[in-house]
Amino acid sequence: MSHAKPLGGSIFTPAFMLCLVLFVIGMYFLGVRFTDGMGAVANINGGFPWGIWVVYDVVIGTALACGGYALAITIYVFNKGQYHPLMRAALLASLLGYALGGVGAFIDMGRYWQFYNLLLPWHMNFNAVMLEVGLCVTTYILVLVIEFAPAFLERIGAHGVLKILNKMLFIFIALGILLPTMHQSSLGSFLIAMGYKVAPLWQTVHFQPLLALLTALTMGFSIVIFEASASQVAFDLPDETSLLSKIGKIIVGLLLVYLVVRFGEIILNGKVGYIFAGDKNSLLFLLETLLFIFPVVALLSQKMRQNSRVLLWAAVSMLFAGSLYRFNAFLFTYDPGPGYSYFPSVGEVMVTVGIVAFEIMAYMVMVKMLPVLHKEAHA
Amino acid sequence: MDRRTFLKTAGAGVAGAACISTVADARPNLEPAPEAVGMLYDSTLCVGCKACVTACKEVNDMTPVDRGDGHIYDSALDLSGDTLNVIKVYSDGTAAVKDSEENGFAFEKRSCMHCVDPGCVSVCPVTAMRRDPLTGIVTHHPDACIGCRTCMVGCPYNVPQFEYDNAFGRIHKCQMCNQEGLERINKGGMTACAEVCPTGATLFGPRSMLMEEAKRRMELKSGDNYNFPRGDISKPESYHEKELEADYQNHIWGEKEAGGTNVLHISAIAFDKLGMPPLEDRSYASVSEGVQHTLYKYMALPAAAMAGLTYVVKRNKDNHDGEE
Repeated sequence: MSHAKPLGGSIFTPAFMLCLVLFVIGMYFLGVRFTDGMGAVANINGGFPWGIWVVYDVVIGTALACGGYALAITIYVFNKGQYHPLMRAALLASLLGYALGGVGAFIDMGRYWQFYNLLLPWHMNFNAVMLEVGLCVTTYILVLVIEFAPAFLERIGAHGVLKILNKMLFIFIALGILLPTMHQSSLGSFLIAMGYKVAPLWQTVHFQPLLALLTALTMGFSIVIFEASASQVAFDLPDETSLLSKIGKIIVGLLLVYLVVRFGEIILNGKVGYIFAGDKNSLLFLLETLLFIFPVVALLSQKMRQNSRVLLWAAVSMLFAGSLYRFNAFLFTYDPGPGYSYFPSVGEVMVTVGIVAFEIMAYMVMVKMLPVLHKEAHA
Repeated sequence: MDRRTFLKTAGAGVAGAACISTVADARPNLEPAPEAVGMLYDSTLCVGCKACVTACKEVNDMTPVDRGDGHIYDSALDLSGDTLNVIKVYSDGTAAVKDSEENGFAFEKRSCMHCVDPGCVSVCPVTAMRRDPLTGIVTHHPDACIGCRTCMVGCPYNVPQFEYDNAFGRIHKCQMCNQEGLERINKGGMTACAEVCPTGATLFGPRSMLMEEAKRRMELKSGDNYNFPRGDISKPESYHEKELEADYQNHIWGEKEAGGTNVLHISAIAFDKLGMPPLEDRSYASVSEGVQHTLYKYMALPAAAMAGLTYVVKRNKDNHDGEE
């Protein structure tokens, strides 16, 4: 049994109402997408078939939802039980992030009414990365629902079901570690088939899955720090800095591995010249690299890691770094050839903003109604 | 577990993953289908009349694109949900001389290249893109398609196009006039664009014969006379003799690019000037499938990982539950 409690309090706060307005605006543009076609809302075109609905909502959104995954590895693989108090909040954010990533994928499907073909064995193409991602993400969303179910069951007092679920939960926790490892690495594999369209600094055939996985993990740990800090301020919760500083240490380790692989690949394949080319791509690469290096430098010393403000800034930097890495590879430096360009339309952005606003509303409501966060300080 | 063990384990895991990804052995490129059919587009013969664009629209029942400038001809600028075939023009400086890179112009046909090892087929999660095992024609099947548009991303030529202006749109691409209901090739016919081409710039036929023809033309020098066939190279409707005004580039596009294509292009100016992508011989499909199948062969790696994870998670979870 967990020690988490519903926070209670008013649901219709100003922050909630602001999100609601953004959500309604997003839904308007989404309605237009379904009545008049995708071109009526989104600026995607023949050369840029994937805009922000895929690249932000799915590719980046699910990485930002890797908190549950990262913590599950720490707690259950590396046996760090002391992180349990952070787990439910991370799982909730993961569930919402992934569910809305699924929604994003669905609304972006040009022929969404046939989405179930993905699940029919006679249609499946096992060569396709998209099949692996589609099936894996769908399954993981179900796994997250089961992993989060105890919070709901505790709330309604279904202790019998809770007991049975708790006995079987280890299978779902294991799946909840395996599945993101699979599809987060596959998100990198997408880039392989795009070939020359992906700029040389981001195209690395054999290391794509590894780089995608490492960034997903570091983004997962960073979002745990970010959420814990934000909740602490927003809901006046006890300070978790001692726990979070150890996560900061893990991030530094993962980032060092990432930087070695990333720069090793660039140096070994003779692509250093692109870094200093002085063009758009080289500037984006330098910005991305700065954002990756900042958390390493900031969190290198024990003392800095215990400063909650430094931790938060490092986590935010890492979230931007990971997001920019994916934006750069999939969109900002993506070049399908002459004649094509892409910049998202207002409507397209508002749909994504609306989806994120819904995610925040759902999070705020659920932590108030379900036992997710820890109100009193723990050992 | 202390910090050292954590770092050691993490390091081992990463090293393992790195090994897996580097040993990933891509399959070789696919070979041309046994009775592969295709087209040979000779840019030096094209006069830019766009009869092929119009015929393509008629045969495939697609709306002409009208940009409101009163043109009689279809004025499509690029491939789209309404356009499977388009003639583009390269021009430089004064654009006075045909087939000259400097102060010249040249035409280029853009339509599906019917790759020997098609990216679109490899990346489609629901097998909505298929390569005919006999003819090598790459077809699209909207009844299977979910509209994820990975085929568009995975096509080096940006050929598959979605109908963005239709709430219930679909992907369109050239299917060599052989889609269900039309089946011109199965009925012994040829593609509409080759049929109407007045100069034989677009020539239909078996890939092997077209390749031989392209190689014969590579041997020619400007000033040479050559008898150019029209229509289907295996049974030409007519020939016309013409003196070569420019040397061909010694490059048959589609012989090797990304595993080769069934639609071959030859030209007097470099292909990158004509907007062709920077491709190497290896197909992206073969590399991508290599990585994917190394990681997921018989699901052995995921199954082993799941077994290990289940064991470790159960042990640790039981420990934690006992402590509470």
